[in-house]
Amino acid sequence: MTTHQSTPVSPVPASSGPMTPLPARLISVEKETHDTYTLTLEPPSAPGGELASRFRPGQFSMLYDYGVGELPISISGDPERPEQLVYTIRSVGPVTTSLVTRAPGDAIGVRGPFGTPWPMTEARGKSVLIVAGGIGLAPLRPAIYHILRHRGDYNRLVILYGARSPRDILFKKELSAWGLLPDTQSLITVDYGGVSWRGHVGVVTTLFKSIRAQPAETYALLCGPEVMMRFALRELQIRGLPKNQIFLSMERNMKCAAGFCGHCQLGPFFVCKDGPVFSCAAIEPWMDLYEA
Amino acid sequence: MNSIQVQSALAEHPFLAGLTESDISTLASLAFEVQFQEEQIIFRDGDPSSFFYLIQSGHVALEVRAPGHILRIQTIGDGEELGWSSFLASVNKQFQARCLEPVRAFAFDGAQIIARCEADPAFGFRVLRRVLSTVADRLRATRLQMLDVYATRGGGGL
Amino acid sequence: MRDKAWRLGPEHFGRLISVLAEQGYEVLGPQVDGPAVRWGPLTGPDELPQGIGAETSPGHYRLKQRSGPERFAWGPSPDSLKRWLHVPEECFVHAAQDNGAFHILPGEQPGAPPGGAAPPKFAFIGMRPCDLAALVRLDAVFLKGPYVEEHYSARRREAFLVVVNCTASLDTCFCASMECGPGARTGYDVALTEHTAEEPAAYLAEAGSARGVALIEAITAPRAEPGFIAECREACKQAAAVQRRRVDWRTAPAVMLRSFEHPRWEQTARRCLACGNCTLTCPTCFCVNTIEHTAIDGSTGGRSRVWDSCFTQNFTYIHGGSVRTSVKSRYRQWLGHKLAWWQQQFGTAGCTGCGRCIAWCPAGIDISEEFAALAGTAQGGTGA
Repeated sequence: MTTHQSTPVSPVPASSGPMTPLPARLISVEKETHDTYTLTLEPPSAPGGELASRFRPGQFSMLYDYGVGELPISISGDPERPEQLVYTIRSVGPVTTSLVTRAPGDAIGVRGPFGTPWPMTEARGKSVLIVAGGIGLAPLRPAIYHILRHRGDYNRLVILYGARSPRDILFKKELSAWGLLPDTQSLITVDYGGVSWRGHVGVVTTLFKSIRAQPAETYALLCGPEVMMRFALRELQIRGLPKNQIFLSMERNMKCAAGFCGHCQLGPFFVCKDGPVFSCAAIEPWMDLYEA
Repeated sequence: MNSIQVQSALAEHPFLAGLTESDISTLASLAFEVQFQEEQIIFRDGDPSSFFYLIQSGHVALEVRAPGHILRIQTIGDGEELGWSSFLASVNKQFQARCLEPVRAFAFDGAQIIARCEADPAFGFRVLRRVLSTVADRLRATRLQMLDVYATRGGGGL
Repeated sequence: MRDKAWRLGPEHFGRLISVLAEQGYEVLGPQVDGPAVRWGPLTGPDELPQGIGAETSPGHYRLKQRSGPERFAWGPSPDSLKRWLHVPEECFVHAAQDNGAFHILPGEQPGAPPGGAAPPKFAFIGMRPCDLAALVRLDAVFLKGPYVEEHYSARRREAFLVVVNCTASLDTCFCASMECGPGARTGYDVALTEHTAEEPAAYLAEAGSARGVALIEAITAPRAEPGFIAECREACKQAAAVQRRRVDWRTAPAVMLRSFEHPRWEQTARRCLACGNCTLTCPTCFCVNTIEHTAIDGSTGGRSRVWDSCFTQNFTYIHGGSVRTSVKSRYRQWLGHKLAWWQQQFGTAGCTGCGRCIAWCPAGIDISEEFAALAGTAQGGTGA
C-alpha cells in the first residue's frame, strides 16, 4: 500500500475526475427519527464543486467520510436550492453511523451527482403518484419539491408513505403539510402501530384503494425496499397504470458510481449509470429473478 | 335512509361493485344502518361472529390484546368490509375492532346472509367471491407485513 | 494500410525492440517465467520464449518444448495486459486530515505508478489477438461511458501495441467463434504473423496505424513477397480450423433469458469453488473494489481500487445482506455478463475466447461447455 506524505506538495494538480471526493463543509445535522438524520452541506469550495448541488430529483451522490469509507446516498433536498446539499441518511452501518455523527464544520467528501432522474418532464400534465417506503422517501422528496414549485405543470399529487412503525416516519411534518395542499393527497401507513397511533396500519399497498387519480393519466414513482416495490408495481398495473408510467429507484452495492467497478450490475444494467431510476417496463423482468 | 337510498348507497360501495341490481336489492333488504363513536369497540376477539359490516365512512383498527399492550394489526376504512368471519358461523371474532373516528356502516346479520346464500347459491357464489377477494387482499398484506421489509437484517448495513 | 506488408527477420525483430525503447517506450514482452509464460520487461528478442508451446485443457496448463523455431506458439499466457493497463491495485485518492475536515492531496499524475512522475509508456510486443480484443473491451468500459477512467486512459493512450497473430491454437482456445482471433482485425499498431517454415522464424508485419508504419520504416525491413504473405495467412487460418470449442455468442442474450433457472446452474455450482481464478485470468474482467487506507495516526489516508471478483459473497452486499448469496447465482452472473449482458451494455460479447478461465479453473469448468448445455446444443460425452 502506498501511503502519502502530506509535506512535499508536488506541482502536479490533484485529480478532479469523477472518482475524487471534494470536501464539503457540514452545516447541520438534523435528527429525523431515532436512526435517521438529515445532513446539510455547503457545496464543495473546490473548482467544479458547485456542480455537486446541480442535481435532478432522483440522483445520488457518493459521500465519503475520511478514514471510514464511501457510500451512495440519495439527494433529499430541493433541486432549486443549489446553495446547499441535503442528504437523509439512515444510520445502519459503520460509514452511515460515522457520517451522521459528524459535527457541523467537519468536512464530508462529495462526488456526483450521479444516475438517472425521476421522469419529471415526461410526467408534466399528468398526475403523480409517489409510493415510498422507509428511507425511500428521501430520494422522492426532491421530486415532491419540484412538483410543488411547478404545481401548474402537474395534475394531482398523491403521496403514499409506508414506515415500519410510527417512530420511523420520515419527514412527518412535511407529509402532513403536503396533505393540506389543494389537489394533493398525503397518506401515511405503518406496518406496526400501537394504540397511540391514530393513522393507517398495514403495508403501503393497502393505501392504493384511496388513490384519487386516473390511472391512465398518472405517473407513479416508487422507492423503498425491493420487495415492497415489487408488490406495489404489480398492484399498480392491476389498477391500470401502464408499465412505462411506473418508475422505481433501485439499490445495489456501488463502489464507484461511474460504471467502472461492476458491483451494481443487474442483468444488462449498471444501476449507477443506467439507474437508479428505471422504468418498470425495463426493470420489472429483472426484479422478478431471484439473485439476479 | 329509506330503502331506495340504502340500495343506491350499497350499489356504490366498492365491495359490491359488479353485483347485479337484484343482488343489491337482496342485500339492501338485509342491511341496517349503524353508527359508532370514536373509540367504540365494534367487537372483541372471542365474540361470536354475528355481524358483517360494509363501512361507509370512518376508520376502524383491528387489534390484538396482549398483556401490557395492544398491537394494531391493520386499519380498515370507508369502502371496505369488516367482519368477514361472520360468513363462517362456527368461528368467533379473532381480533378486536376499535373505531378510530366516528364510523358509519351497513351491518348484516351473518346468519341471515348465509341463509340467503344457501337459498340462492348463484347469489351466494357472487358474494363469497367478494369475501374471498377481501380475505386474499388481507392475507397478502399480512404476508408482506410479516416480511418486515424496513427492518435492518443480518449483518446490518454499510 | 493493409496493402503494406513487410518481412521481418531476426535482426529486424531486435531493432523493433530497440527502436521502441529509444522512443521512450517501456518495452514488455512474453517470457518464460517458471512454469508459465508471463509478461515482463523485454530488452532483446532472445528473452522471448523459443520453441515453447503450451498444453491446456480444463483445469490444466503446462508449457511444453517444441522442436520448431517458433516464439509465439504458447497461446494466451495466464496473465494478460490488464495487469499493466488496469493494474491490480491503484491509489486514486490521497487525502490528509485537517482538524475535522480533510483535503485532497495532489497525487501522482493519472496513470503514473506510486512515486512516478508520469504514466508509463508501454510497448507490448507479442500480445495475442484475443488480448487485443480484450483491450477493445476494456476501452468500452473505461473510456466510452459517461465517464473516462483517467488512470487507465493515461496508460492506454500511450500504449504501443504489437500483436502477434496466432498460428498455433491451444486446446482451450475458441477465439475464432468469438470473432476475436486467431488473426487480429483492428486496433493494433503493428500485427506480426510468425512464419515457422524457416529457421530462424521470419515475420509478416502489417501496420495498423501511422506510428506502426513509421516504426517498420525505421527498422528498414523489406517488403513481403506475396507467397510469404499467403503462407503466413494460411498458418493463421489453420489455427482457427483446429479449434474445436465454440460459443454461439449471438444467441447468448436469448439463451440467458430462457435459462435463468436452468438446473445446470445448480449442477455447476456444486463444482465451482467460487475462487475467482476465472475473473483474475480473464482479460476483460474489470471489476474492482475500493478500499480505504489510513495512516496509523489518521493524519493521511487515501482510497485505492483493487481487483475484485463477482464470485465473492460481499460483492453485492447492501444493507441486510448480499444480493447474490448462492454460488449458483454468482457463476450465473459471471457467465451471463461475459456472454450475454455485455452485448447489451457495450455492443460486443465480453468474452474473447482466450480460454484462460477454462485452463485456470481448478475445477475445470468450461464456459463453452456450460453455455452449450444451457443453449441445448451440448455434444454428448464431455465434462460433468
